[in-house]
Amino acid sequence: MQTTLSPESRTSLATPLPEKHAVKLTINGTVHHLELAPWTSLLDALREYLHLTGTKKGCDHGQCGACTVLVDGKRINSCLTLAVMKDGSDITTIEGLADESGLHPLQTAFIEHDAYQCGYCTPGQICSAVGLMQEGRAKTADDIRELMSGNICRCGAYPHIVDAIQEVMQLDPNA
Amino acid sequence: MNSFSYARPSDISMAVGELVTHEGAKFIAGGTNLLDLMKENVEQPNRLVDINRLELSAIEDIEDGGLRLGALLTNADTAYHPVVESRYPLLSRAILAGASAQLRNMATNGGNLFQRTRCYYFYDLATPCNKREPGSGCGALNGYNRIHAILGTSDQQPETTCIATHPSDLCVALSALDAVVRVTGPKGERTIPFADFHRLPGDEPWRDNTIQSGELVTAIDLPAKGFSDYYAYIKIRDRQSYAFALVSVAVGLEIEDNRITDARIALGGVAHKPWRKPEAEAMLVGQMLSEANFLSVAEALLAGAKGYGHNTFKIELAKRAIVRALKQAAKLEPAS
Repeated sequence: MQTTLSPESRTSLATPLPEKHAVKLTINGTVHHLELAPWTSLLDALREYLHLTGTKKGCDHGQCGACTVLVDGKRINSCLTLAVMKDGSDITTIEGLADESGLHPLQTAFIEHDAYQCGYCTPGQICSAVGLMQEGRAKTADDIRELMSGNICRCGAYPHIVDAIQEVMQLDPNA
Repeated sequence: MNSFSYARPSDISMAVGELVTHEGAKFIAGGTNLLDLMKENVEQPNRLVDINRLELSAIEDIEDGGLRLGALLTNADTAYHPVVESRYPLLSRAILAGASAQLRNMATNGGNLFQRTRCYYFYDLATPCNKREPGSGCGALNGYNRIHAILGTSDQQPETTCIATHPSDLCVALSALDAVVRVTGPKGERTIPFADFHRLPGDEPWRDNTIQSGELVTAIDLPAKGFSDYYAYIKIRDRQSYAFALVSVAVGLEIEDNRITDARIALGGVAHKPWRKPEAEAMLVGQMLSEANFLSVAEALLAGAKGYGHNTFKIELAKRAIVRALKQAAKLEPAS
């Protein structure tokens, strides 16, 4: 039995695909020029085209926060934006937080506080916490919990995640 | 997700022109709801018109003491703007009660008005839904309807039945504040009072709002009266953060000598649009701040409320939430 279409019938059935778009993204300080179909999410551009697999695909619907990255300094869900919409943007992923001097203080604190179990949500948690600190709105542990609610940890490491962030923010742990 | 083409116009008339010339095209701003619905194949635009490069992100004072919020201003930048925080704290509170920090950094004010219902049957292509597929029926009416509407529903004709709710928090505050939506379309500019922007399902449940084809929301105008002294936003949900409202209540009061001189109450999570009832609000004017008065108004606001089984609890929940929100706004008890 023939299970694949002949080249002729394939051509006759195919509808022309929309053109690809040139997308320039500066990621962790490096400029990348990509040619992408318009439906490529920023998350898929990072993982599938640039092989930056630190950013995780959890739900792919903006409900879990595993895909959190910083775009022009602000934390967003990379699964719910198209790469082509971010043409010209400056993006920081988990791979861009450490430098020659070592890990980002939040990375160190997550290790010291054992702020994960399986680790799948951790890149998103840390990028989200970087955004939280830059926003400057959290003053208490309750604020951290509220403003980190977009990052789900299925292992339930929340108490240690809050501890780690609190330490880096130098908040009074009793506040 | 279906295949689609992409355009990124640089001015408003080009953006409107894109929708006029391409049937099946949609605007995209933050994309937080539209892209989710496209991944579920609920929305299948053949072209996305990216309006993010249009200059619609300003906040500016307008005549008569009001404030104009650009349509492309993000929810986060609106909620944390010092002028909004001081003059319209009800709006800030409502915005920050919704979504997550990441989503509020992406979602725009204009886009929020077009959020679609989170009714499970609207999302599930295997079930009937008059909103998604006109005339196909309603899966929620005799299904699992815990999150559904108790007011203003359409439940008499199978082909127009819809008991979906509007999911927004921001819109509940905009409703209470009597905001005005500014749009530009093929026929020019017009303004839409907030009460007329969203609609009840009626006999066309597939229409969420009164926007015309090709029209683009450019701004939302807030009148001068911001109720910054006496206000409350209460949101009751299944978890403490990052969940849609089962019931939400926005209240703004003006009080002189312990008597109410003006009152606004808008409800979320209970209807196809933010629920207002001016004649119920008028009952409070001239009244003392008392729980008995608040309870009478709550009952008037909920007159005609109807449950569908799983969501019947919302009637009593809404009544108690209204009383509590009024007490908090009047400073009879601390804000929660």
